[in-house]
Amino acid sequence: MGHYLPSTDAQRRDMLDMLGLSGLDDLYAAAPAHLILKDGPHIPPGKSELEVRRDMAALAAKNTVFPSVFRGAGAYRHYIPAIVSSVTAKETFLTAYTPYQAEVSQGVLQSIFEYQTMICELTGMDVSNASVYDGASAAAEAVAMCRDKKRTKALVSAAAHPDVIETIRTYCWGAGAEMALIPAENGSTDMKALTDMLDVGVSCVYIQQPNYFGVIEDADAIGEAAHAAGAKYIMGINPIAAALLKTPGECGADVAVGEGQPLGMPLAFGGPYLGFMAATSALMRKLPGRIVGQTADAAGRRAFVLTLQAREQHIRREKASSNICSNQALCAMTAAAYMAAMGPGGLRDVARQCLSKAHYLAGALQKLGFGLVYQKEYFHEFVTICPCDSAALLAYLESRGVLGGLPVGDGILWCATEMNSKADMDVLAGLIDLYLKGGARA
Amino acid sequence: MKLLFEKSVAGRASSILPVCDVPVVDLADNCKRQRPLRLPELSENDISRHYSQLERRAHGVNNGFYPLGSCTMKYNPRVNEAVAALPGFTDIHPLQPAHTVQGALEALSLAEKYLCAITGMDAMTFQPAAGAHGELTGVLLIKKYHEARGDTARVKIIVPDSAHGTNPATAAMAAMSVVNIPSGPDGCVDLDKLRAAVGPDTAGLMLTNPNTLGIFEKDILEITKIVHDAGGLVYYDGANPNAVMGVIRPGDMGFDCVHLNLHKTFSTPHGGGGPGSGAVGCKDFLAPYLPKPHVGVKDDAYCFRGDCPESIGKVKSFYGNFLVVLRALAYITTLGRESVADAAKNAVLNANYMMKRLSECYSVANTGLCMHEFVLTLEKEAKEKHITAMDIAKALLDRGIHPPTMYFPLIVHEALMVEPTETEGKETLDEAADIFIDIYRQAMADPESVHSFPLTTPVGRPDEVAAARNPILRYTFE
Repeated sequence: MGHYLPSTDAQRRDMLDMLGLSGLDDLYAAAPAHLILKDGPHIPPGKSELEVRRDMAALAAKNTVFPSVFRGAGAYRHYIPAIVSSVTAKETFLTAYTPYQAEVSQGVLQSIFEYQTMICELTGMDVSNASVYDGASAAAEAVAMCRDKKRTKALVSAAAHPDVIETIRTYCWGAGAEMALIPAENGSTDMKALTDMLDVGVSCVYIQQPNYFGVIEDADAIGEAAHAAGAKYIMGINPIAAALLKTPGECGADVAVGEGQPLGMPLAFGGPYLGFMAATSALMRKLPGRIVGQTADAAGRRAFVLTLQAREQHIRREKASSNICSNQALCAMTAAAYMAAMGPGGLRDVARQCLSKAHYLAGALQKLGFGLVYQKEYFHEFVTICPCDSAALLAYLESRGVLGGLPVGDGILWCATEMNSKADMDVLAGLIDLYLKGGARA
Repeated sequence: MKLLFEKSVAGRASSILPVCDVPVVDLADNCKRQRPLRLPELSENDISRHYSQLERRAHGVNNGFYPLGSCTMKYNPRVNEAVAALPGFTDIHPLQPAHTVQGALEALSLAEKYLCAITGMDAMTFQPAAGAHGELTGVLLIKKYHEARGDTARVKIIVPDSAHGTNPATAAMAAMSVVNIPSGPDGCVDLDKLRAAVGPDTAGLMLTNPNTLGIFEKDILEITKIVHDAGGLVYYDGANPNAVMGVIRPGDMGFDCVHLNLHKTFSTPHGGGGPGSGAVGCKDFLAPYLPKPHVGVKDDAYCFRGDCPESIGKVKSFYGNFLVVLRALAYITTLGRESVADAAKNAVLNANYMMKRLSECYSVANTGLCMHEFVLTLEKEAKEKHITAMDIAKALLDRGIHPPTMYFPLIVHEALMVEPTETEGKETLDEAADIFIDIYRQAMADPESVHSFPLTTPVGRPDEVAAARNPILRYTFE
């Protein structure tokens, strides 16, 4: 019953008359008549706005929103300043298409130019694109960028996020290119194995910083090894950690990518998120996707446009660097508004609080017998052993409104951010203590 | 106007986080960044005004008519926004236990069921984030299908010369070589050329129907049969289903897999270029190859089925642009059985009405009735009077109308591709048609005048050549 059709029956009649048609069905004369659906598709009857809102609210109510979350593993709960959603809810930003018509799209284009600048600042790289789908597809696109006729094999750290590894694998298989995993040793990329695997066929080395287990990799050494063998170096980074950690630029990376979700996007069951992607000037023309550049109009006024389009599918067709066109523009604007709201000091504070709280949480857990599996420098995630059955413990925590860490192998991958107060962490420790002492089972 | 960086004042900041309530930890020196982090330093008021100023320098569907061909700029219902903002959807972690996200899984399952019913497919994935991503996923399904049968000779994808640029670019990403076939004089697939192109090396055909000229491929059943008889599969490029949704199904036309742009046909907003959702549907025989994981039901509860040994793998982390899928689900739930087809029919009616009105002076590339869009050509005017498609488009900007898609499809010279959509009323179409016609007459009377348009926008035509020749892609600090 619901619809968004403004024309009245009388107006429709007028239009049909003008076209010399007797009814709407006459418009489909070219389609095979026997295939036309007589009664519409087999879906339920339509509903009013109020009913739809009730239905969807009922679905939302079947999900549990945990007040206390200690799970990250690629999706992180951070505080989103109120100004961020107020910016991205603006109707024109919401309903505009890709800024093809620069004269009426300066607002969108400038926001992307500002975003590109911020990503360059965060990563220490020279150029950024306007975004890709997410961190995993950004990594896969980066691998494709580095491939040439002679060098086709990608080496990917086994300590990267499993979804990132899987996505790179799919893209490589599609392209008919090889991908090999660099084993992880004691929670980080195995340097010895990497050195053995590097040969003249290797196009690039991909690592994640901090890696899937939260460990801070020796990113300089890996980059040096890759470059010594003539391969390109891709770093997948966490954008919050980037406020404190040595930048990909400082580590010698050729391409920096990452999952931009922590920059103001809610968990949202996995999306929409944001793939950010930046590179050295040398690789500028190999970057996939939209890029905004600065120029001027005839009157000399500063103007922004989509540029370097000779890389893209609508010009190059099968020779394009990628097929991507739509990206995650509004998510890029979210990230820019988030970084503007936090400012350099604020973003460093978020990062420092993540780091500090993770260490406080690790200390509390260690006292309860959850020893750290890897004795290495870490950022806001870490893996512990679990002195009891982890599934049963996590189910118990869940019943107390706490989403615990993620089971990884025999251990648990924990995460803390600025959202986890000391009080919440003390409650968690108390619950675990009670559970271990058997007091919780009754 | 100034950039955020040019508005920055050293030392200015907002108070967003409380003081850290645990002992502060520092990184080892060799891990720390040395480079300063030069983000802008602003007050919240600065940020609010900056983006409000940027919004005034942009154009969305909320500002006016937006007949951008192939992009289906229909109205984006605000109830969709409201439901996608419910905390029960925005604040759930993608790795929560399945029994704590039953509503989210049910939503994905319902969206799959409804969109399969609309497309005539048997299964659907929401992992792809946009149309091109969906295309890649679809072509990888085709690749996997042939590979699984041990048929390694099928390495060619056929695309008509009227196809979107994404089709050949996608085929290349799947290591397929591209066979372009010329369209017939009517803009449709030339059956003889297709018959000559197919063979034991054909992996598949990528086709959009209605095609990019806005014409329904009248021989669609013969087209899909020719490809199937040669052992290939047929892929439906979902850029254009707004003309046919609920009326005729790609699955019934013989397509084996489809992608849908939920951000076009199913009313979710484009956000200035994304996020979208490029859902991919397929017939049963391709379902085992869909990206993993896939929503299923076990012991009367929804779950993610991880046991997909034949899957192509993942094309993205987690499950896709979930909040976009929710918006589309709200839209389909609103329209329901009766109104889905009504929306399509009204889109086609609006396009034909506008085409008829514009044909008063413009040359139309289509012959006969069009579907949801039509293509004008300024070829004659460009040759005789140097009035180009670009000139007409830029003149429209001064009149508050977003121009049609320019210079596409490539088989039409000086093309303007117009797609009004069903959410515009007759009076909007009439006003727009009057403006198009007025611009045309003015251009013919004084051809020089149109080259200077637009005159009322924040900037005039930017120097794109200079932008590409001397790329300035970021702000340079002093």
